[in-house]
Amino acid sequence: MSPATLQDQTIVEFDVRTDEMLVNMGPQHPSTHGVLRLVLRTDGEVISEVTPHLGYLHRCAEKIGENVMPIQFIPYTDRMDYLAGMNMNLAYSLAVEKLCGMKLPEKANVLRVMIAELNRIASHLVGMGAYGLDLGTFSPFLYAFREREMILDLFEELCGARLTYSYITIGGVHDDLPEGWIDRCKQFLDYFEPRILEYHALLTTNHIFVQRTAGIGILSKELALSHACSGPMLRGSLNRKAGDPEWDLRKLEPYCGYETYDFKVIIPPFDDDYYGVPYRTPRGAVIGDCWHRFYVRMLEVLESIKLIRQAMQRYPSAQGSHRIEPPRHLPGGEAYLETECPRGAMGFYVVGAPNKQAVPLRVRAKSSSFLNLSVTNAICNGCLIADIPAIVGSIDIVMGEIDR
Amino acid sequence: MTASDIITALETKFGTKIKSKSLEAIDPFIVVDPSDLVEVVRHLRDEPTLAFDLLHNISGVDYLEPDPKKAAKAGFEPHLEVVYHLQSFQHRHRLVVKVLLPRWKNDQKGQLPEVPTLTSLYGSANWHEREVYDLVGVIFVGHPDLTRILLAEDWEGHPLRKDYEFPLEYHGIRGR
Repeated sequence: MSPATLQDQTIVEFDVRTDEMLVNMGPQHPSTHGVLRLVLRTDGEVISEVTPHLGYLHRCAEKIGENVMPIQFIPYTDRMDYLAGMNMNLAYSLAVEKLCGMKLPEKANVLRVMIAELNRIASHLVGMGAYGLDLGTFSPFLYAFREREMILDLFEELCGARLTYSYITIGGVHDDLPEGWIDRCKQFLDYFEPRILEYHALLTTNHIFVQRTAGIGILSKELALSHACSGPMLRGSLNRKAGDPEWDLRKLEPYCGYETYDFKVIIPPFDDDYYGVPYRTPRGAVIGDCWHRFYVRMLEVLESIKLIRQAMQRYPSAQGSHRIEPPRHLPGGEAYLETECPRGAMGFYVVGAPNKQAVPLRVRAKSSSFLNLSVTNAICNGCLIADIPAIVGSIDIVMGEIDR
Repeated sequence: MTASDIITALETKFGTKIKSKSLEAIDPFIVVDPSDLVEVVRHLRDEPTLAFDLLHNISGVDYLEPDPKKAAKAGFEPHLEVVYHLQSFQHRHRLVVKVLLPRWKNDQKGQLPEVPTLTSLYGSANWHEREVYDLVGVIFVGHPDLTRILLAEDWEGHPLRKDYEFPLEYHGIRGR
């Protein structure tokens, strides 16, 4: 070692090799978001390997799926990503509808867009609040839950449930909107939209928050593609100015009529006025780090609000019924469909038996968090133990979806 | 490229190695032998006009009617399928690649069938192959760490097989 590096105390600390130690983090650790167990191989404070162990929440959803009719499986999809139950219902319904070749009336599609985007906001609010909690700030969590509560109230009025909705179902949605719901939803959006600036003041521009997230856990675009990451995890690693495509399934392979709505796909860099927000990339943040993944989610909330407002305008004049009758038996063949859920591309692969059964031959749920989590080892290499909650939190996993 | 263009390009390159194809299916697919899988998928990934650099999903499907009375009318011979869902980031087209396997290697019950691994080509293959091994019971030859991922390490059997029998007991926990 040259004398020059010895003067820098931090380099000296990192250069001293000690015995490796295995540290068990989870499955009851608060910042592993559920029952995820991470086995860390550490050299002092520096991580050399992270091994995630899954399966603590495995409930055999795929086996259940091939023993019940598609419409009976909808409640099980709620329990996959339990923070975004509506989006999970939608993903499975669309896959079955693709297999059956069903075409939905306009009203069902408008309702689906409205509800799915409202749930996306609720899910991102939890993601943001819990991420602040991981990094040691408690108050954003309370603000996020205050607003989420209002969304849950709207959902409760809609379908009676606050977490496991089963509202979006095969052939449309379960019920039409109750009287006055649109007005209350509009009231909520008018209340909620200015509050987003508060979150930015609390978190996005907070000096401590930026120090904990900027430049940490950098995921390169190549690694993200190799592991088929999706959602904010992938978009946080793309570069709009380098000509990367707007990788959002709502734009690329539109379903429910998303192609007729006006919204932007959030892709870094955030150093100009393209998205119309007053905050710029802080010093030290690079594309693909935890801060960018977090900020992509924050801006997606704004786009979701735009989508809901457009859908609310269309609802009174939308044609058709909110629901059509699905066929009693599944046709033979197979269909695979991915939809853009808050955490990434959720795919369902449904195989119908050739001799027309009521139950599918196979249901496969491809989880987005599952693949997003599989890069943990690669992006945690060489970071400190204290950075692990920051990195795992920025992936925004839900174990119910990973273990299924 | 459309699905028919992709499959035509593959047929001119590989000829009879593409065992069968289906363009009428909802998601067009090709079927290859296990021994040709890595070669075909590597070409799919590395050829610039195809550029299938995303492997979204690997699923194992068990085609078996466990009830012998209904087996004649099931409409399929008992076999396993491993299904790969590919997409291109640049061109955005999709393709499904299937591998057909016997339910048991050499028709001897208990011996799991084998497929070569794709972990050298895609990072996402690692965990998905572990999951297919865990739940459907397919050995991925050459996988760096082929262990169970969702079930316990000492679990017996592969639950997504149609003839799987639920255990009566696991470490003192009653099954039913």
